[in-house]
Amino acid sequence: MNLNTWRGLRSVLIIAALIAAAACDKGKGGGSGSGGSGGAKPASGSIVIGHFASMTGPQATFGISTDQAIRLAIKEKNAKGGVKGRQVELVTIDDAGKQSEAATAVTRLINDHKAVAVLGEVASSLSLAGGPIAQKSKIPMISPSSTNPDVTDVGDYIFRVCFLDDFQGWVDAKFAKENLKATKAAILYDQAQAYSSGLADYFDKAFKELGGTIVTKQAYTGGNLEISSQLQSIKGSGAEVVFLPGYYSDAGTIIRKAKEAGITAKFLGGDGWDSEELPKIAGDAINGNFFSNHYAPQEDRPEVKNFVENYKKEYGKTPDGLAALGYDAALVLFDAMERAPSLDGPALRDAIAATKNFTGVTGTFSIDENRNAMKSAVIVEYKDGKQTMSARIEKK
Amino acid sequence: MSDSFTASDLLQTTINFLAVGGLYALIALGYTLVYGILRFINFAHSDIVAWGGWIALTVASGAGWLASGQSPAFALPLVLLATMALCAAMGVTIERLAYRPLRKAPRLNVLITAIGVSLFLQNVGLLNKVFGNRPSTISALLSNDVLATVGGVHLRLYDMLTILLAVVLVIVLERIVYGTRMGRAMRAVAFDERTAALMGVNVNIVVSVTFALGSALAAAGGILFALRNDLRMTADTSWVLLGLKAFVAAVVGGIGNVRGAAAGALLIAFVEVFVHRYVTAAFPDKPWVGQLQDIYVFGILILVLIFKPSGLLGKATVEKV
Amino acid sequence: MKSLQDRVDRLRPGLPITVGKSVLPFAIAILLAFTMDKLIGPAVGATWSKILLDVGIAILLAGSLNIVNGYAGQFSIGHAGFMLVGGYLAAWLTFYGSIHWFGVKTPVGGFLGNGQLLFLGGCILGGLCASVFGVIVGLPSLRLRGDYLAIVTLGFGEIVRVLGQITDRQPKRIDDVKKIPMSDLLNNLGGAEGFSQIPGYTTLFFVYFFAFVLLVLAYRLKYSSKGRALLAVRENEIAAEAMGIDTTRAKVIAFVFSAFFAGIGGSLYAHQVGALDPKELGFMKSIDLVIIVVIGGMGSITGVVIGATILVVLPEIFRQFADYRMIAYALALITVMILRPQGIMGVKELWETSLWRKQVKALRAKLRGGK
Repeated sequence: MNLNTWRGLRSVLIIAALIAAAACDKGKGGGSGSGGSGGAKPASGSIVIGHFASMTGPQATFGISTDQAIRLAIKEKNAKGGVKGRQVELVTIDDAGKQSEAATAVTRLINDHKAVAVLGEVASSLSLAGGPIAQKSKIPMISPSSTNPDVTDVGDYIFRVCFLDDFQGWVDAKFAKENLKATKAAILYDQAQAYSSGLADYFDKAFKELGGTIVTKQAYTGGNLEISSQLQSIKGSGAEVVFLPGYYSDAGTIIRKAKEAGITAKFLGGDGWDSEELPKIAGDAINGNFFSNHYAPQEDRPEVKNFVENYKKEYGKTPDGLAALGYDAALVLFDAMERAPSLDGPALRDAIAATKNFTGVTGTFSIDENRNAMKSAVIVEYKDGKQTMSARIEKK
Repeated sequence: MSDSFTASDLLQTTINFLAVGGLYALIALGYTLVYGILRFINFAHSDIVAWGGWIALTVASGAGWLASGQSPAFALPLVLLATMALCAAMGVTIERLAYRPLRKAPRLNVLITAIGVSLFLQNVGLLNKVFGNRPSTISALLSNDVLATVGGVHLRLYDMLTILLAVVLVIVLERIVYGTRMGRAMRAVAFDERTAALMGVNVNIVVSVTFALGSALAAAGGILFALRNDLRMTADTSWVLLGLKAFVAAVVGGIGNVRGAAAGALLIAFVEVFVHRYVTAAFPDKPWVGQLQDIYVFGILILVLIFKPSGLLGKATVEKV
Repeated sequence: MKSLQDRVDRLRPGLPITVGKSVLPFAIAILLAFTMDKLIGPAVGATWSKILLDVGIAILLAGSLNIVNGYAGQFSIGHAGFMLVGGYLAAWLTFYGSIHWFGVKTPVGGFLGNGQLLFLGGCILGGLCASVFGVIVGLPSLRLRGDYLAIVTLGFGEIVRVLGQITDRQPKRIDDVKKIPMSDLLNNLGGAEGFSQIPGYTTLFFVYFFAFVLLVLAYRLKYSSKGRALLAVRENEIAAEAMGIDTTRAKVIAFVFSAFFAGIGGSLYAHQVGALDPKELGFMKSIDLVIIVVIGGMGSITGVVIGATILVVLPEIFRQFADYRMIAYALALITVMILRPQGIMGVKELWETSLWRKQVKALRAKLRGGK
């Protein structure tokens, strides 16, 4: 009897030992992006900015990209003397891509780490979970790349520096209608992803308003790429353009399979396509297809050139759109901090809300009364497996 | 939707469903073998499938067959065999370390252990030092040529290969289970482990062989899946979903039954591809009909279980008092 | 000689005691919930309050699953489906209800004010609807046993998730919502985007109130004839049937009871996160709950509490190990299952273990000695 109870305790001890072992291992690896929780008290005098992101789990690549760019921005800012003469420190907490953990992460950033502002998240659903907590604590939150219109609706402390899905859907529809001269479009979207299904609806609406027809609207579930029947429907529909607002992990495979299935229509996607992996997966099939994005690394502007060069030097790869937005979110925050009379929540909030004609990597934009960034989008085309800027579409 | 109901469309849909069915059958066999002998749902099976795909990538890129874009013709069979062997070894090791200590424990424990193994494989695969967290592809291993054109439909190398490989492997497995001494031992253990042990069957070896066979088939399934749908990171839900569907196929066909698994896989692929295609085409103005793909699969599962709980080809067992 | 009837009547306690016995636990539940909300919550700070909320919800969910998995021995791996049903219904009532009746989207009223009463109504409604689904899922147990029933629950969970994903968009502007009657909004549950902007009513008070109520009911069930019937079904279904237990009825009751509290758990979850994403409440969430029950000890109430606490708090503490966190978790799971197959508590409660008894005995001896 007694033995059993002790065995129970023993197994608990073993769990603890295992996790401790894992912890040591991690320590040796030199704790990379994810900031610690224990004893991570801000160094006196430095300003703490929080970042909650998916550093692990299925969406880890998004979080890591954004986090690296924010760290680059902070490094550059600190090299120039920091904000208001104080150094800036970043605390990143991983939310593993789960809503409940996102809420905990924001709570910790604000209460344990005393962050003056919070940056995050990429995924709209996680921004929606973290936002109410920042709002309640009156700490401004800037989402770098949540494009769902509801995100900033949470309250007057929630901002974003990217465009919205309804704008993006409109941009894609306009490009399809006016630049590609298409009148018949098909939509193939991921029914399980809010991002994808939302964008599909906005494109649908905008394309019809511009005078086109949606010949078929097909759904798939992210990851389940047994979509031969969907592709057959699209093939038979006579569409000239297929709008595919999924993430790159699905889009690459779908484009390749579509070509094999004999679909000759051009594919058009959203910013979820932006990844170096996409042309690798899709192979030759990627060429001649387009997607809307926040910026193009080839753009000939000093901000873009500097950023791409520094990012490459630091991390050895070309920054994607998420990195550019993470960088801009940090810059907008620094700009507001410099202007704000103090760094408490309401003052900082007002300063961010007053951002006008800010020029960042992703273009020149202002924050409007709904706390969204008013900006333009670029259309990128794949040529010979490489991204090339095709068009810039200004705001409505 | 004018040309949805043509003969060539029907033929194309049929080929698609057969190819998907073959893929599911390979994976379902692993579930069915393990369940037949140990009576537990091996939740880690879908992760062996995922690892199969990624090991194939590692082997192929290690040999330099992916770099050129066009790999030699012998590359795919070699990669297939190497991956099947590695996965078989992996399956046997997992059984030895994680499941064997629990042979006498309640089945729920084994199940939770299987979930633990599954989480372990998923997250180890995610590490940058292992496979990493970005999708990848092995499509360079197979140039997806058109073999022939029948009635306006392209017969592609990949589809034909999947169907052929599935048929061959199912037949081989069937021969092993019903035609060899080891197969007889496997059936004996499945029927009554203790009596089989008393009759001189070495249960441990039988179980090891079962895991080796199941895992090798899983590896083949993983490679075929990766050729078809590319590689998602090991923790991606698509592998879990793939495993779930293959498992559903095994249950629908009558779990523990080799032919049943093949039949179940065909039925599941039929509703997922064939039924979905024509139901969606029949309601072009109702977009939500197109989203019912997964509901067909799980709906057929529940229907089969309620009306024939032992599955299509399973034998109803009388409970011993 | 007195008749048997009289003797039984004399053994029956008086009315005040009976009423007291049934009301007292709930009074204690309210008191404890208050303590959590007003004393412990503020004392530990915002971060740990949030974690305590997660722990409470996990206790409620795993505790309800324990009725099916632990008591009745039926293996359910679709519990998140009940959460989703409950969460959707409650969110529908509080979000659209607030707009229709109060004209705002944010929480209104103070403690047990209009807003919180609406939320309580939502929880109960969510629980009731989930328990209807409990009947639907429980009924196949007439024909199915063990693993097969488990697979049906799995199918159920997946189907609920997909159905949630194909619901219509959620209108969010107050003016838009006001134009549509409540009943027409039942299909506007947000689809793949999930239901968002759910007013954040969930507090420590509600979470721990429901959790304590569940624990009290689970305790009473365990030591009642109904509960012993369930335990008998778990141990040997055929023998239980031979003893005259209607096994199907017992199993369906277990499912209904379990689904009711899972539905409440789902609505608490929805009003805590403020959003309900069907993707998050899928198969993996169900598995998480099963793991809590098995680690804690199947059928043990205190085991569930301990399991839920460990499995929520540990990952939180070890959050900074990022990549290795889940690997450690997986290894721990396998190790515990091999070394301690019956979970931490087994079927026993804390007060039934020898360690506890010894401690109590020692304490008593000390007290006596001290006199």
